[in-house]
Amino acid sequence: MSAPLGRRGLLTGWGRTAPTAADVVHAVDPDIVGRAIEEAAASQSAGGRGIIARGLGRSYGDAAQNAGGTVVDATWLDAIHKVDVASGVVTVAAGVSLQTLMERLVPLGWFVPVTPGTRLVTVGGAIAADIHGKNHHIDGSFCSHVLEMTLVTPGGTVTLSPASDPDLFWATAGGMGLTGVITAATIQMIPVETSYMLVDTERAPDLDSVMDKMLTGDDAYRYSVAWIDCQSTGRRLGRSVLTRGDHARTEDLPERLRGPPDRGRAFVPRTLVRVPFTPPSGLLNPLTVGAFNEFWFRKAPAHQVAKPHHMAGFFHPLDGVGEWNRLYGSKGFLQYQFVVPDEHGETVRKVIERLTTVKLASFLAVLKRFGPGDPGPLSFPMPGWTLALDLPIGYHALDELLDALDEQVVSAGGRVYLAKDSRVAPATFRTMYPRVDEWIAVRNRVDPHGVLRSDLGRRLGLCSDRSAPSTSDGRSRRRTSRPAGTKRVAPKRGGGAPSPAKTTSTTRRTDTTSTTRTTDTAGTARTATPPERTGT
Amino acid sequence: MIDAIGRPQSVLVLGGSSELAQAIVAKLVPARCRTVVLAGRESERLSEAAERARAAGADVAETVAFDTTDIEHHLAFVDQVFDRFGDFDLVIAAAGVLGTQGVLERDPVATASLLTTNFTGLAAAMVAVAGRLRHQGHGRLIVLSSVAGLRARKVNFVYGSSKAGLDAFAQGLGDSLVGTGVSVMIVRPGFVVGRMTEGMTPAPFSTTPDAVADAVVKGIESGAGVVYVPSVLRWVFAVMRQLPQLVWRRMPG
Repeated sequence: MSAPLGRRGLLTGWGRTAPTAADVVHAVDPDIVGRAIEEAAASQSAGGRGIIARGLGRSYGDAAQNAGGTVVDATWLDAIHKVDVASGVVTVAAGVSLQTLMERLVPLGWFVPVTPGTRLVTVGGAIAADIHGKNHHIDGSFCSHVLEMTLVTPGGTVTLSPASDPDLFWATAGGMGLTGVITAATIQMIPVETSYMLVDTERAPDLDSVMDKMLTGDDAYRYSVAWIDCQSTGRRLGRSVLTRGDHARTEDLPERLRGPPDRGRAFVPRTLVRVPFTPPSGLLNPLTVGAFNEFWFRKAPAHQVAKPHHMAGFFHPLDGVGEWNRLYGSKGFLQYQFVVPDEHGETVRKVIERLTTVKLASFLAVLKRFGPGDPGPLSFPMPGWTLALDLPIGYHALDELLDALDEQVVSAGGRVYLAKDSRVAPATFRTMYPRVDEWIAVRNRVDPHGVLRSDLGRRLGLCSDRSAPSTSDGRSRRRTSRPAGTKRVAPKRGGGAPSPAKTTSTTRRTDTTSTTRTTDTAGTARTATPPERTGT
Repeated sequence: MIDAIGRPQSVLVLGGSSELAQAIVAKLVPARCRTVVLAGRESERLSEAAERARAAGADVAETVAFDTTDIEHHLAFVDQVFDRFGDFDLVIAAAGVLGTQGVLERDPVATASLLTTNFTGLAAAMVAVAGRLRHQGHGRLIVLSSVAGLRARKVNFVYGSSKAGLDAFAQGLGDSLVGTGVSVMIVRPGFVVGRMTEGMTPAPFSTTPDAVADAVVKGIESGAGVVYVPSVLRWVFAVMRQLPQLVWRRMPG
């Protein structure tokens, strides 16, 4: 038996909730991905628990976790394979972050077609979540700009384009990594002249006025987003700051921003401060968040037109604060993001009203408009309104509150975003994504034995929760129970086998070398375990 | 999987007839727990509990025969249950009997039997469970201990010492599982007014199965390591443990 690839580690999503342990395999070269998948497939019959890819860990919930199984750290796949400066078509390894793409390509005059509120996501993650940005109403979601991708599946490596295998392409777009590990992608970038944006900012006194402004005015802007104060009530319910803009051309900029050649295109983002430790939960409470919201609202200009803002500040204000997720304290937080169709815009109001009644501190509430969605059965966007709320864990009735919001979203024909989700009920999820069976059919084609698994998949019933595989349908039971009292050879476990935590600490090594050759001992403990339960 | 708000989707109870465990299950099922497996001695009480879980909306609510004292088969039993039902997000170690102190004090066999049921057998089962939880990389093990285990009292020291052993075992097990995705929560109720204590006069700070269940659900949500029910007992026993033996011995009850 060759040395195992992975090393046990505890993982959570960005929300820092529900940690689980997995064997983390660093994908120091693309071949390792294929080997790890093969190994995961081979160990299925012996209690193996599958494999999932992980990028920069910005999914809020459990999408990039795989309890007891393997997690491929794809951030190692960071090569920029090919750049066509004339056409803006780039081919990169899937672990390349949008930040890297911006740093390298903005100076050459190309910007990512879609960016979320953080640039610290990988291209692979962007495809797996089919991310959207402030320009969805104009440009659609990320996968609409993907010309080609390389997907490693249990059946082998495939190169996919929307034309070559549309079913698999679109099942992978938003498929949360459960159709395979994306190792490379070719993306059509968009041309920009500078690294600045021309931004119009205005304050809206209440929710109706901001929604009205967005309905009537958004089409004139490539990028649009409203920050909503979810704590003001009554007449000021939903007062907002609406920022909209587009990329600045060179002649739009004042002389000092144009600077020497190319300075106007520089993209050198910096982390201004870092949260050095995790404060106790409760730092972000209605009082502090209320004060912040008041400040933020008053700080915004009542009306300002065509003000140049640097891209980094416009798109990713929070990236200036390293590890800001720690601010929510040790209990962590979650983000609730939903979309409802245009005709159910009033759901946005109902949700915000509901939030104000429970005095929950939502530090970040962001309202956007979506244009038409893409063909992905699990892709989130659909035409309408999307609201995203960051909520701290700890409020005692958070579960009931969010279940109630789910109900409103479902009755409006909307859904929640899987990249943010950490708590939706399986049945609710199925109602929200009625095409899930189409998706499952495609997944069964490329991964018939269910090797690709994640905690999110287990939680939502998209993949099996068994150590030993039964069928691809996690719910069916074909195992027969062993008659009580039947003897079986069972070496000591638990007490006898060295615990992975213990063994890893005995084998200390640096990051890079640990990646390929990992702890023998941990692996032995792990591979020694399965045979005990193959005899059923 | 346990979600971000601490709601488990599946639960295995070792000692499924336990009133406390059933009260906990009754809170979990309406909060999305889909799979309930009650392991215990076959009895009407056990199958009725499964029936109730099913009626409350669990997709799977089954009973399996389990005897804490049948230590030799614990490993096979636990493997069988996990293989059959899949992952368990929550395992509740609830098996336990109170015994009659007067009888226990004079009967070494009865004493050994109580210690095996409450401590030796259950601890052995927890070893098997911990192995599977470690393998699955997630899960919470809830151990129903008792404040009676914090300091043995002459009126129930056999029971108390069994809980003391269990409690200490669970603390160590919990520490050994750090980093594996698995955690242990120890529940230390005071006097619980219920079936187990029928006919007894409630001690001060007594509680009910329902209150214990509430505290457990809250503890799962917050990720607590130790839960006292009622919570004031944490402070009461911080004092009680310091009392001179002479005073402790003369405490009424």
